[in-house]
Amino acid sequence: MATVNVVQHDVIVVGSGVAGLRAAFEAAQVSDVAVINKIYPTRAHTGTAQGGISAALGNEEDDNWEWHMFDTVKGSDYLGDQDAIEVLAKDAPRAIIELEHFGVPFNRTPEGRLAQRQFGGHTKEFGKAPVKRACYSADRTGHVMLHTMYEQCLKHNVRFYPEYQMLKLLKRDNKVVGLVAVDFQTGEYYVMHAKAVVIATGGYGKMFRTTSNAYSYTGDGMAITYKAGLPLEDMEFVQFHPTGLFPLGVLITEASRGEGGILTNADGERFMERYAPTIKDLAPRDIVSRSIYFEVRDGKGVNNKNYVNLELMHLGREVVEKKLPEIASFVRTFLGIDPALKPIPVTPTAHYAMGGIPTDINGRVRSDSGDGIVEGLYSAGEVACVSVHGANRLGTNSLVDLVVYGRRVGKHIAEEYIRHAEFAPLPDDPAGDILNELETIRNRTGGERIAVLREAMQDAMMDHVSVFRTDAGIKEGIEKIRKLQERFKNISVEDRGAKLNQDLLDAWELGNMLMLSEVLAKAALQRTESRGAHYREDFPERDDDQWLKHTFTHMGDDGRPVFSFRPVTLGRFEPKPRTY
Amino acid sequence: MKITLKIKKYNPEKDTDFYWREFEIEAEETDRIMDVLHKARWYQDGTLAFRRSCGHGICGSCAMLINGENRLACMTLVSDVNYKKPIRIEALPAPTEHIQKDMAIDQTSFFDKYQSIKPWLINDEPPPQHRERPQSAEEQALIDESTQCILCGACTYSCPSTWADPEYLGPAAMLKAYRFIFDSRDRGAQERLAILDSKQGLFKCYTIFNCVHACPKEINITWHLGELKKRLAQEKY
Repeated sequence: MATVNVVQHDVIVVGSGVAGLRAAFEAAQVSDVAVINKIYPTRAHTGTAQGGISAALGNEEDDNWEWHMFDTVKGSDYLGDQDAIEVLAKDAPRAIIELEHFGVPFNRTPEGRLAQRQFGGHTKEFGKAPVKRACYSADRTGHVMLHTMYEQCLKHNVRFYPEYQMLKLLKRDNKVVGLVAVDFQTGEYYVMHAKAVVIATGGYGKMFRTTSNAYSYTGDGMAITYKAGLPLEDMEFVQFHPTGLFPLGVLITEASRGEGGILTNADGERFMERYAPTIKDLAPRDIVSRSIYFEVRDGKGVNNKNYVNLELMHLGREVVEKKLPEIASFVRTFLGIDPALKPIPVTPTAHYAMGGIPTDINGRVRSDSGDGIVEGLYSAGEVACVSVHGANRLGTNSLVDLVVYGRRVGKHIAEEYIRHAEFAPLPDDPAGDILNELETIRNRTGGERIAVLREAMQDAMMDHVSVFRTDAGIKEGIEKIRKLQERFKNISVEDRGAKLNQDLLDAWELGNMLMLSEVLAKAALQRTESRGAHYREDFPERDDDQWLKHTFTHMGDDGRPVFSFRPVTLGRFEPKPRTY
Repeated sequence: MKITLKIKKYNPEKDTDFYWREFEIEAEETDRIMDVLHKARWYQDGTLAFRRSCGHGICGSCAMLINGENRLACMTLVSDVNYKKPIRIEALPAPTEHIQKDMAIDQTSFFDKYQSIKPWLINDEPPPQHRERPQSAEEQALIDESTQCILCGACTYSCPSTWADPEYLGPAAMLKAYRFIFDSRDRGAQERLAILDSKQGLFKCYTIFNCVHACPKEINITWHLGELKKRLAQEKY
């Protein structure tokens, strides 16, 4: 059996995106903090965020945090918790000013203030018209935020363990005492003993065939938490971003519409005028994605294919090259199209997990659908569900979420938790079972190929559990996933080595995704209404009497998902019909 | 259509030396090199090692040598190279001992150099309360190009000065120095210029322009290093 090293840090943050780094930075002011990530810190998925980060700064026109809060509540189709959304909208201006003070090179107005632009679902005066609320750095806002937070963590002596893959949470009773990880480069195992663990590992887009997400986005953090006997919240809510580059699924930022781009169908018609007469192409993502599907279904897909056109030509070359250079560059590279001259073919692409690990407003992980909290475990960012995004996230609110809630996690650890916390004893043989699991996978000879099963899973999820869902379709999807889970038992890895064994990790990740796929599909099956990104053709209306509540999923004794519910925290905005 | 990848393989747990292996792959012209490498790993050789993550040129994981040029595998299409002949793929030209497995290299020294130039905003003056530090659009534009760097290493590992002297800071680290020295909000220019003004520093850039050719973000790195040289000369002489 492989050797197991033991290391100790007060706080171990898993994931080096901006949520993890912001938490690490804060906790590092008073404690010894380490960040582990399965890839190099600057490779984290925050870096792919393009268009902007919103706050009611009012630099370009009148704005108000209550309008931001209202837009977020309405955008969430009233499933977001209003106490958490209030925190987000109120704290966002401070958070962005702080990012600027850290060194983020935001674009500026002629007066030297932070420039702002329009984004989907962000409005003035409670829905009257689009508002300029998104701060940005061209179309690489996430990239510069990620690099800046990494810089700040280096400056403040955060310890990094690059390319360490978390495998398991270590728990004693209701307290998390550390984790088990493997060093990808050497293949050595580590027991990481900690007073607090922060999970900030991002989403699971790779469960779907068409996705804007990175190859690293395999739902590890959610899977590990679920396997530790803890719940996941609102897993049925997956955002499909309307403008994925056809056919790759690579993201074309919503800022392209914020800057004035429009969507057109095969007839050249600006079809969003029919679906969202007030804010048109700047409607929230769930609505635009569905509208594109309706157009394609009505035979209005361009060239009779399942895409529509995103037109930027009328913006002129100056705007395209200066404000949207990244997307202009990869549209040229991938499709040979100059977006200043020709339309871009776009199709909805799996983009963001609204659900995830349930937390309170300080990022402490919930142990049940009541008010139970797991001691020593925190979560923030896409992997977490606090819930500010509810049934549908507004563009730019993910980046706000990272810095607002990443900081709250770090602050809670630094100010409330760490002083009184001890290194609790580790469980006996903490790594034994997970090592066995990995060694079993490494030595199997069943002959099933990882890639074949993964593609079948991605097809099943895309075909049955994506933008349009029905009872029969979801059941067919679940049937397929269950068969794949059986075939997974006969999977073989070819690489039997220790060092940089991606084959082995691919297999382990696939096992996680097959488990999460079932959770997601079953959560979608039981929610017999349509809300935000969850659209049931057989139940097309929102049903507040039955379903104004969060879905919590536990692993049952038979290994299958078991559901319970938690009421939505309402507040100043009563649920209303959602039109734009 | 069928294409051939000719990959320079090395597995430290099995091989005593590098060797070339050919893979015949079913591919489209519009496939990324990353896609055909995946096909090789997923269906032919599970040990094949290369890093990648985002798939569209922003995470910086997949820089490698493709037909003799440092490029990102995710931003190079099959149609961008001569696929009528075998496409040669190997690790970035790093010191041999830094090659970990196939295309994966140990980037420790690359990130150590980056960290040595103090890559963070240095400014001890208290920032204004409840608002941003002022910076004009023109001042922001001065650092805009340099902030596009994704730390992929394509430049540093294409640089003959780096090949000749592995301790040389290299273009990526010095571009990062530019990003801060020319940021109107930063006050750390003196300490960084002192680091650049060394035997392994700025003046070992002989304006060969390999870095500019290699940069997948089309950053004119040599121009930025030229501005640093002017600044250093002004400060010092």
